Amino acid sequence: MKPEHESIIDIRGLSFFRGERAIFDSVDITIPRGKVTAIMGPSGTGKTTLLKLIGGQLRPESGQILLEGMDIPGLGRRELFEVRERMGMLFQSGALFTDMSVFENVAFPLRVHTELPEDMIRDVVLMKLQAVGLRGARDLMPSELSGGMARRVALARAIALDPDIVMYDEPFTGQDPIAMGVLVNLIRRLNQALGHTSIIVSHDINETLGIADYIYLLSDGRVIAKGTPEELADIDSEQVRQFMKGLPDGPVPFHFKAPDYHQDLLQEY
Amino acid sequence: MRMRTVEIGVGAFMLAGILALVVLALNVSGLNLSEQAGGYKVYARFDNIGGLTPRAKVAMSGVQIGQVTAIRIDKDMLMAEVEMEIFNDVDYLTVDSSASILTAGLLGEQYIGVVPGAEEDLLGDGDFIQDTQSALVLEELIGKFLFNKVSE
Amino acid sequence: MLDILQRLGHKALSRLAAIGRAGQILLQSLVAAPQPLTMLPLILKQIYFVGVLSLVIIIVSGGFIGMVLGLQGYTILVDYGSEQAVGQMVALSLVRELAPVVAALLFAGRAGSALTAEIGLMKATEQLASLEMIGVDPLRRIVAPRLWAGFICMPILAIIFAVVGIWGGALVAVDWLGIYEGSFWANMQQSVDFYDDVLNGIIKAVCFGVVVTWIAVFEGYDCIPTSEGISQATTRTVVYSSLAVLGLDFILTALMFGEL
Repeated sequence: MKPEHESIIDIRGLSFFRGERAIFDSVDITIPRGKVTAIMGPSGTGKTTLLKLIGGQLRPESGQILLEGMDIPGLGRRELFEVRERMGMLFQSGALFTDMSVFENVAFPLRVHTELPEDMIRDVVLMKLQAVGLRGARDLMPSELSGGMARRVALARAIALDPDIVMYDEPFTGQDPIAMGVLVNLIRRLNQALGHTSIIVSHDINETLGIADYIYLLSDGRVIAKGTPEELADIDSEQVRQFMKGLPDGPVPFHFKAPDYHQDLLQEY
Repeated sequence: MRMRTVEIGVGAFMLAGILALVVLALNVSGLNLSEQAGGYKVYARFDNIGGLTPRAKVAMSGVQIGQVTAIRIDKDMLMAEVEMEIFNDVDYLTVDSSASILTAGLLGEQYIGVVPGAEEDLLGDGDFIQDTQSALVLEELIGKFLFNKVSE
Repeated sequence: MLDILQRLGHKALSRLAAIGRAGQILLQSLVAAPQPLTMLPLILKQIYFVGVLSLVIIIVSGGFIGMVLGLQGYTILVDYGSEQAVGQMVALSLVRELAPVVAALLFAGRAGSALTAEIGLMKATEQLASLEMIGVDPLRRIVAPRLWAGFICMPILAIIFAVVGIWGGALVAVDWLGIYEGSFWANMQQSVDFYDDVLNGIIKAVCFGVVVTWIAVFEGYDCIPTSEGISQATTRTVVYSSLAVLGLDFILTALMFGEL
């Protein structure tokens, strides 16, 4: 069966304010179906907010977020919960339920959304845990897991219902190189094997460039660049180059706004 | 396994709560659940009951043998009529027993003291104690004392 | 001058908004489509955390307060020669006032702060957001069972507090100071009324339980999800619920015993 839309999510003219500050100012983003799309940008540019907007946890001031033509901000409570059944989200901190074992954490979405018998739930959970390589850890509590393992369990939970869209919120932050490599691999492999759409929010350039099919670069509430990783490398904009190369000084200055250094030092106290 | 400890703990907690409530009801507030267990009713008329209240104890030689259940005015005789419930196992109150309103300690609560008489017949349910002595009212006592002083 | 006025207005408005949010949370988690059957195991678990684990502090404090009451009551009453009334004094002050109030204050410190910190931590670690993404209302899954557990536990804790306190009073008055046991209990039974005193005390405890749990749960749910925000919210829970309990106690006492 061919997908009827080229894109699965269409964001049009999205604006979102926090107090007086515009987090998004009339942003357009298209997420292609079945691909890995990365949303990148410096910290504090509302990348996580974007995921929450897609998940319907926040409502935008104006603009549309269309999931296969359905406007998510316009949905009622019931429909929203149904839509969320088709989304999996991997939170920055993993967000495992601390009072449940690894097995129960992965089984939780299944118990909520399906009425499968217990032995089938067990099979599905073990399959998902096997996919992230943690079948042996099923009886551990989240507090007994390392950070990388917790994130993999959370990933197993996010894909428990075989969602159409999996959203990753800063999946690489705070991971050691091995755990990072494992995650990069997993995200790529799962995307190919399960055929879902992946949205990655991150500021880890190398890892993200390695797996993303398409990249949006956000800064100050706007899209400043978009394209495949190769296209992005060629863009001749100082802002883009500073971020992509990780240069300490550039359009985003190294120094916080301050009076002249010499004058400041010489000033009588 | 873990759910089991939780359930046992909660069960014990609930049980402790119910037991504590029962203790409060029966031991502390002296709530009488079964009315019949109380015993038989005996009445007495007093000129003045002072500060006697329902649920005050009825005692013989200081030992409780019953309690006051109701206090009302007898409209014919214009006296206070006290209804008391005497425990069933108290079967030695004779018809000529006397009842007086006493005070426990200087500031203590008031209760009815009963002294049995010498007759053979016993008091039954609904009988009246004829020989009664009213509560001592401090103001009256002082009044009498002053009056006697003056007349001396 | 206008600045001060503006700040005052801003503060008042944000307080009002907070009260509104708190009411909304209470309503949404309790009234909107309750699922008692699926919730029962969750409530049981919370009763364990909120009630059973508070038992030790309640029993120990109740015992000591009863003993102090017995001792103090005796030293005062013995001057009037009515030391038998010590049982009545201990029981009345415990059942009417001290058991609900002190139990509620301890409950706020022990269980209320734990509730706030737990829910705040769930918010900070995105567990609440993740529940929402899975399609489960965190109000119903996390908040409602804790509210019910608090409502159920508080009166039970207050009753246990009262009984242990009266035992403590009896221990001091009867076994130590040598008041005749019969008159200790008889005096108590005569002056304590089940409906006027015991039931009113329990009603008080229920009200305090509702208020304390509500404040604790709201502060946790509404906190700023950082370590600093959680610690501030926990402090606020203890302060606000203590104040609320004492203020509410005066109002309830006036209504119940003040013959207004």
